[in-house]
Amino acid sequence: MAEMTTPKIELRAIRKSFALSRGQVRPVLDDITFSAQPGEFVAVIGPSGCGKSTMFNIMAGLEGASSGELLVDGDVITGQHEHCAYMPQKDLLFPWRSILENTSLGLEVAGETKKAARARAASLFAAFGLSGFEDAYPFELSGGMRQRAALLRTVVQGRDVLLLDEPFGALDSLTRTDMQSWLQGVWSQNAWTAVLITHDIREAIYLADRVVVLSPRPASVRLNLTIDLPRPRGLSMTTSAEFAEYERTLLATLHEETLSSRKP
Amino acid sequence: MKSSITVKRALAPRTTVRAALAPPAAILTALVITWQVAVTAGGVQPAILPSPQRILQQGWQARATIWENTLPTLQETFLGFAVSLTVAWTLAILIDFSLGLRRALVPLLVASQAIPIIAIAPLMVIWFGFGMLPKVIVIALVTFFPVTVGLIDGFNRTDRDAINLLRSMGANRWKQFVYVRLPSALPSFFTALRIGIAYAVTGAIFAEYVGAERGLGIYMAMMKNSFRTDLVLAAVAVTAFVSVCLFLLTYVAERAIIPWHSKERRSRHG
Repeated sequence: MAEMTTPKIELRAIRKSFALSRGQVRPVLDDITFSAQPGEFVAVIGPSGCGKSTMFNIMAGLEGASSGELLVDGDVITGQHEHCAYMPQKDLLFPWRSILENTSLGLEVAGETKKAARARAASLFAAFGLSGFEDAYPFELSGGMRQRAALLRTVVQGRDVLLLDEPFGALDSLTRTDMQSWLQGVWSQNAWTAVLITHDIREAIYLADRVVVLSPRPASVRLNLTIDLPRPRGLSMTTSAEFAEYERTLLATLHEETLSSRKP
Repeated sequence: MKSSITVKRALAPRTTVRAALAPPAAILTALVITWQVAVTAGGVQPAILPSPQRILQQGWQARATIWENTLPTLQETFLGFAVSLTVAWTLAILIDFSLGLRRALVPLLVASQAIPIIAIAPLMVIWFGFGMLPKVIVIALVTFFPVTVGLIDGFNRTDRDAINLLRSMGANRWKQFVYVRLPSALPSFFTALRIGIAYAVTGAIFAEYVGAERGLGIYMAMMKNSFRTDLVLAAVAVTAFVSVCLFLLTYVAERAIIPWHSKERRSRHG
């Protein structure tokens, strides 16, 4: 089925290397190829420092690729930034803006009037569990709420693809589990296409339709695993036999990667 | 957590103004008492070192003259500082937008601070006379540097990830400046403003000292020449008082313009 429709976003043989001093070149991405179908949630995991952030910067149009193509709806869009909405690791809520003003920032930057931008963002507050906090300031919110506000700021931009860069990495594990099950819930009610970077295997299986495993730097795709678990997924599913099987497969792939990278 | 309308404010109890003023006031009082006792007991001549009591007495008697001389000094300070702020903001914004201008201007800015004001100020009188202009120039010259540097530094301290976020939203350089770099720089601006204002009043006094029609600086110079050490020190006390008031005023401005800054800081350190 995946081969039949045009992917929402597709990376074709993306390579990226950085010039070092004295003419040396450090390859960071080596032939990254994968795609996400419309409405699909793809998780990308890989050893730390493997170049995931560079990959995201290219997808968000913040950096160019050395070679390869990025496609949205079948059109080449390498280097453009209008297609992906980016949620960085840090929530980056600005202390001088209220939560409503923070969440409507992307729309304002895109040229909408303040009033229209704020009205659009405000309409999502209930779904994001932020009702009543429109006029609060970021420092008044808990870590989980701040991440939800950052996600709202990402979603409300109405871009084709959401890029989530370890959105829950800084949260304590209880809040993190809460956020994962909440995200899983809002996900099932929306037709968002998303690519999530994480180094949490369980988070990847729990949230994603497909998990892409990257090798150590220079990164290439080593495994593209479809997670065939029914939705909506409850927390109890994380203890099921199938879940454990996926976890074993991913762990083995990652572990093998890490081991082989240590060999001379 | 879900629908609570009340926002919990995790603010630390504020230090009251009285609690902040008490320790310095106590130390100041102790110093003044020591001074008074030493002068009285030692029988020092008032022309050499007057007692605090005498300074107060004589200063109060001369209050009309001192006030007449305080007003022009204040005027010069405000005008000079306004010029300084205009120059600082213009330079800092230009430098923030252009790497070429940064390379061209920053060395000159640093060099401008090597100008010995003590040698230039008398020349200012020769060039521009005894009026307002030379004072405004001296004040602007001594205060624009810390403010400019504070601003440039503030713009540069903007989180790189925040810039990337804005870029991913499609913000051009100007929008990045307005939405992130400018607000990020405001806390450093207020710190720089405090350094600048501390120099501004002394700058004004100094500019007047070398030649003026009226002002606390020229008043001090004249009183010194007639051996009225007590009135010189009375004018010094007024100068110090004015400086402290202006310094405190920057906090008022900071609270008014960037209320989020102190709130956020308190919540973090609370």
